[in-house]
Amino acid sequence: MSPTKAARATTPKKPRANGTRAAAGPYAQFMARAYAMETDAAERYADFADQMDVHNNPEVAELFRKLSSIEALHAKRILEEMGWKQPPRAPLAWDEAEPPETTAHTELHYLMQPYHALQLALRNEQRAEQFFARIARARKAPPEVRRAATELAEEEREHVRLIREWMKRVPKPEKDWDRDPDPPGLSD
Amino acid sequence: MNAPAIAPALTAQDFKSDYKPVWCPGCGDYTVLASITRALAALQLRPEKVAVVSGIGCSSRIPAYTTCYGFHGVHGRALAAATGLKVARPDLTVLVAGGDGDGYSIGGNHFLHACRRNIDLTDIVMDNHVYGMTKGQPSPTTEPDWKSKLSPAGTGLREFHPLVIALAAGANFIARAFSGDPSGTAAVIGEAIRHPGFSFVEVLSPCVTFRPEQRAWKEAVHPASVAATDDPARAARRLMTDDGFNTGVLYKGTRPAYSAAAGKTTLHPADLEKDFAL
Ligand SMILES: Cc1ncc(C[n+]2csc(CCOP(=O)(O)OP(=O)(O)O)c2C)c(N)n1
Ligand code: SF4
Repeated sequence: MSPTKAARATTPKKPRANGTRAAAGPYAQFMARAYAMETDAAERYADFADQMDVHNNPEVAELFRKLSSIEALHAKRILEEMGWKQPPRAPLAWDEAEPPETTAHTELHYLMQPYHALQLALRNEQRAEQFFARIARARKAPPEVRRAATELAEEEREHVRLIREWMKRVPKPEKDWDRDPDPPGLSD
Repeated sequence: MNAPAIAPALTAQDFKSDYKPVWCPGCGDYTVLASITRALAALQLRPEKVAVVSGIGCSSRIPAYTTCYGFHGVHGRALAAATGLKVARPDLTVLVAGGDGDGYSIGGNHFLHACRRNIDLTDIVMDNHVYGMTKGQPSPTTEPDWKSKLSPAGTGLREFHPLVIALAAGANFIARAFSGDPSGTAAVIGEAIRHPGFSFVEVLSPCVTFRPEQRAWKEAVHPASVAATDDPARAARRLMTDDGFNTGVLYKGTRPAYSAAAGKTTLHPADLEKDFAL
């Protein structure tokens, strides 16, 4: 075969976009969404921990790593409860700009302190609680979905409480916590 | 007989390498990396079927952070390397990633001709309106009145408008995303990969170190109010009046992608060598 023909023969078809793997029924679809939410959160906290490691902020790195493993545990629990051997595929995109239980990368600062990390986690848990509570209230949602959403909202509420407790045990940052006498930016 | 092995579905995590990115915390490029890996997983591609090609800059570090094939080339030449790769290996999905300095300044000429050639590539430019890696010099997309220690009076120069230029030069897909919107960015990148021909995705990706004011972009961006058009004339009007913060797919052309077969008499290096035989 000529190289031209060979090239044409191997030209691939364009891949198809795929949302969540067809989880059967609205309840399974809802749980697949909850699973994606927890894995997104676990991955994002792990990313944050790596960033803090790289920038020599080990205390906050450790805290983010802890938060990541807590979220990973929640994801694993969903898999077990649903009896899923393989995780459902994550959605390509959420309706919201930011998934319901994560914070944008732009919110990090290399000098941030554990208190800031917990503030960020608190906001995530509150948004997750609101996300599930909204579904629990949705009249159009099937009863089993609303039941599951109620339970998950309750769990998130408990996480909000736990993080608030945790924050009490961590020192509040000083006012000029982000002052750097030798800043990285020449334009500062 | 053994049952055929079915490869398990990959997740975004499978497309991330073990190297920890060395970007500044808060840099928009983290989200772009996460969006690329998410899009690749959603499209059910495999790392060995994807190549990520870059030039030089903070944003150009992306290939090392993925498990795909990677080529970290010289400054401004990512599109040239990617063009060669895609023509030689059309079976690969080829992504190009870099910054506004790499893509529009030193690599500006390659950008024009990559759009014109319409080879099936996806070009992701992380635009932070500054040279991040070299400590904050103005780039072609820097606002004329942006003042810094390196440009105390601003450049006074009109900015480059990459989307308009991409359209005029022949890009087949034009989109803008914002790194503060990981869902939108992943969706746009996914669509860009699927669209045939040269797909150009401009991602507004704040440099929080040299342009900390770009954190406020999250208040400025807004989704495009109309669906993507396939009419270049209409797209031109829209892009010319665009405020620079419209996000989403803005143009989806119908021009067939470059095919290595068209206009070729010979392709094999051995055929070329014949002319030089003693
Ligand atoms: C030939 C050459 N000229 C200049 C440089 C110096 N240089 C390295 S990166 C860069 C600009 C990077 O800016 P951009 O592409 O916007 O990426 P960012 O770092 O902002 O992500 C320059 C000028 C170089 N590496 N090679
Ligand atoms: S200098 Fe700017 S572009 Fe480079 S890693 Fe830091 S924030 Fe990102």
